[in-house]
Amino acid sequence: MQLNANIPEGELKEKWQSYRSSMKLVAPNNKRKLEVIVVGTGLAGASAAATLGELGYSVKAYTFHDSPRRAHSIAAQGGINAAKNYQNDGDSVYRLFYDTIKGGDYRSREANVYRLAEVSTEIIDQAVAQGVPFAREYGGLLANRSFGGVQVSRTFYARGQTGQQLLLGAYQALERQVANGNVKLFNRHEMLDVVIKDDKARGIITRNLVTGELQRHGAHAVVLATGGYGNVYYLSTNAMNCNVSAAWRAVKRGALMANPSFCQIHPTCIPVSGSYQSKLTLMSESLRNDGRVWVPKSKEDVQKIREGSLEPSHIKEEDRDYYLERRYPAFGNLVPRDVASRAAKTVCDEGYGVNQSGLAVFLDFSSAIERYGKAEAHSQGISNPSDEKITELGEKVVEKKYGNLFEMYEKIKGDNPYKTPMMIYPAIHYTMGGLWVDYNLQTNVPGLFAMGEANFSDHGANRLGASALMQGLADGYFVIPYTIGTFLADEINTPAMDIEAEEFQQTEADVRQRIETLMNVDGSKSVESFHRELGLLIWDYCGMSRNEKGLKTALEKVRALRKEYYENVYVPGKAKDYNPELEKATRVADFMELAEIMILDALDREESCGGHFREEYQTEEGEALRRDDEYAYVAAWKWSDDLDHELIKENLTFDNVELKTRSYK
Amino acid sequence: MNLTLEIWRQEGPNTKGRFEKYKVEANEHMSFLEMLDVLNEDLIAQKRQPVSFEHDCREGICGTCSMVINGKPHGPMKATTACQLHMRHFKEGQTITIEPWRARAFPLIKDLVVDRSSFDRIIEAGGYVSVNTGQAPDGNSIPVEEQDSVDAFDAATCIGCGACVAACPNASAMLFTAAKVSHLAKLPQGRVEADERASKMVAQMDKEGFGMCSNTGACSAECPKEISLDNIAKLNREYLHASLADA
Repeated sequence: MQLNANIPEGELKEKWQSYRSSMKLVAPNNKRKLEVIVVGTGLAGASAAATLGELGYSVKAYTFHDSPRRAHSIAAQGGINAAKNYQNDGDSVYRLFYDTIKGGDYRSREANVYRLAEVSTEIIDQAVAQGVPFAREYGGLLANRSFGGVQVSRTFYARGQTGQQLLLGAYQALERQVANGNVKLFNRHEMLDVVIKDDKARGIITRNLVTGELQRHGAHAVVLATGGYGNVYYLSTNAMNCNVSAAWRAVKRGALMANPSFCQIHPTCIPVSGSYQSKLTLMSESLRNDGRVWVPKSKEDVQKIREGSLEPSHIKEEDRDYYLERRYPAFGNLVPRDVASRAAKTVCDEGYGVNQSGLAVFLDFSSAIERYGKAEAHSQGISNPSDEKITELGEKVVEKKYGNLFEMYEKIKGDNPYKTPMMIYPAIHYTMGGLWVDYNLQTNVPGLFAMGEANFSDHGANRLGASALMQGLADGYFVIPYTIGTFLADEINTPAMDIEAEEFQQTEADVRQRIETLMNVDGSKSVESFHRELGLLIWDYCGMSRNEKGLKTALEKVRALRKEYYENVYVPGKAKDYNPELEKATRVADFMELAEIMILDALDREESCGGHFREEYQTEEGEALRRDDEYAYVAAWKWSDDLDHELIKENLTFDNVELKTRSYK
Repeated sequence: MNLTLEIWRQEGPNTKGRFEKYKVEANEHMSFLEMLDVLNEDLIAQKRQPVSFEHDCREGICGTCSMVINGKPHGPMKATTACQLHMRHFKEGQTITIEPWRARAFPLIKDLVVDRSSFDRIIEAGGYVSVNTGQAPDGNSIPVEEQDSVDAFDAATCIGCGACVAACPNASAMLFTAAKVSHLAKLPQGRVEADERASKMVAQMDKEGFGMCSNTGACSAECPKEISLDNIAKLNREYLHASLADA
């Protein structure tokens, strides 16, 4: 199989503009006749469904949640990037493009990333017009802050709840189209398969999660906006119900999974506290604007902290190792996520971890509180302020910026982060890998599109902070509404799908069979316990660092676990009923297969890049060693039921940036 | 810690529900939902039916979790969703009762799970700014006073969980509706449709079978996001203005 990314001709800067002006269009009278299924109602799905509805397509939107507003986009904290250059600090579309390509360690497509940077500015305008209450300066204009891996301030934010506010904007736009009759919304419907007819994606099979009924839905095209697969690790910052099933079902019907081993490990999460733990909580990267990461220089101090006999605030400045500032003086605490995560792992592996499990480092705000306190005292005209006054004023400034994050931390840990530094440790947060798509966001299956975190296209081997919201909304508001036309323009004479057709009946029967298989095992272990086991295995062997031996062991273990799953899982309840355990069971079954492809991808990629760190490939200083001559490709995997999976490569060419060793020193 | 749970069990909307008693062993670092996970794992091990409850993000922002704990929506802690509530706030040997949201406009699905799509229909009635993708002017073309922006944000932080309805003796959705009306009315972008929005959303709220607001303030007191009662005053102003403009 040959992959064609369908990148338009012309100069990088003109590709999207000229493509947009010359692509096939669908006339308004024909749009009404064309049905589009959008699965998932997070930022990408809701914005796409709303926009396609506005354009006049007949849209059906599906979510397994009770409401589109619950999608996990809601939990994104820090912000959204856009090349507005409102701060006059030298930002531009090119710079955002360049930062994203470099941040992704040169494993993403130039043309897609440039388009992303280009439409980023329109997203902000659109969101403001919808009433998204972004943070503003006293003059009434939009405020910005900095994020990791860049040296400009281009991140727009709404306190620590940017994802929530952007999702509500997209959700409201979607509900407006529901009211207008352009979008039909199916809540509590989970997609369990995609229907392929005459080699094109023509519909989906859903399970009504309230009644358990299976249903067939037809359309001219199917768009998946179903998020990432971070929950394969069991413990992640994803919501409990995030899963890979929609994308994985597409893979089982012939779509390709690209770069599945590229998973992002976020450096600032609240550490694991016990074996009962169900998920991990992120502390926004924006905290690294003001928080300084450190561990004690001496192991004696480490020991005392673990025992609780020494307060971290009592350790003197010179006895602290601000290891990010030491190792990466140019970017300091604002190095990209993969670099910060690995550095935390290194100090903890060396025995400097500051909690009882030895898997935590400090994120300290005392310097910021002092700095802001002094500045505030000065601006209030207080001369010779006392230390207490400075702290009081400084804490107020910090509260205004990060109040909700500090509160969240205190609720979970029971510690007050204004007084004692936060403890953090890396955790799985985002998956750069996803369904292979071309420039049109179309998979290799005609009529099947993938957007947002569900596709692989824009972040390479590492995503920069505040770029997930940008990509989800870029794809949904400004890319797919155009590019889907390139497929649908040739479908204007295709009648509405007949869901009684054999392909629909057969696909439904396949889904029924899968459900019955799981229900009938009647074993003795819960779905949850299998999921935990799978997660731990993947985290140990295919997590923050990987090696050949470990990956090969993991492959055997995953296959054995999968076998055991079908012999010993127990799913309570009935198939035709509200049954969350059954929902989990079908999702974990898919994770079990995905895990295999992740491991194979990590094995194939004999280099270190971004979130993928192969221990065999590192510099003497322990930095990632990329091998551009051999590995500058997208690895797209075709699943085969006899486990003879095929790797198809899309070579990446870089005409506009020079491939450099990523250095944040 | 050893706890006794009294949990509302109900197979479906048309069957009779009842409280059932369970013993569970928890520790103080667990979240409330993790404690329920432990119970469910235990029930599954005994091949008994686990308790159905809704949850997703477990970081207090998605608004999915919804249970009345010891008589209070989301439990005893102020400004805390059930998923963010930790067991250190309970005592050894304590009995905890857990019930679903109870309101006519939130029909029960199973055990602790209710249908809150009436909230979506209130938003559908007008909880948006009518702007199509691509029509927007530059984001900085209309300055917004910082305080207005902050007020709009505070109202917009509503997570749509429904605790306000569950807390209200009349099962009114006034605070939920008011938060959206007030968020959009505070901003110049939302001002244009303010009158129409207020009247349509209130009409939908009534149609869904939510009760009347009698200003008890329980909604705001129990709101995990501390949405202020001022929003209700704001909604009343907007609604009155809309009625007069209509007349």
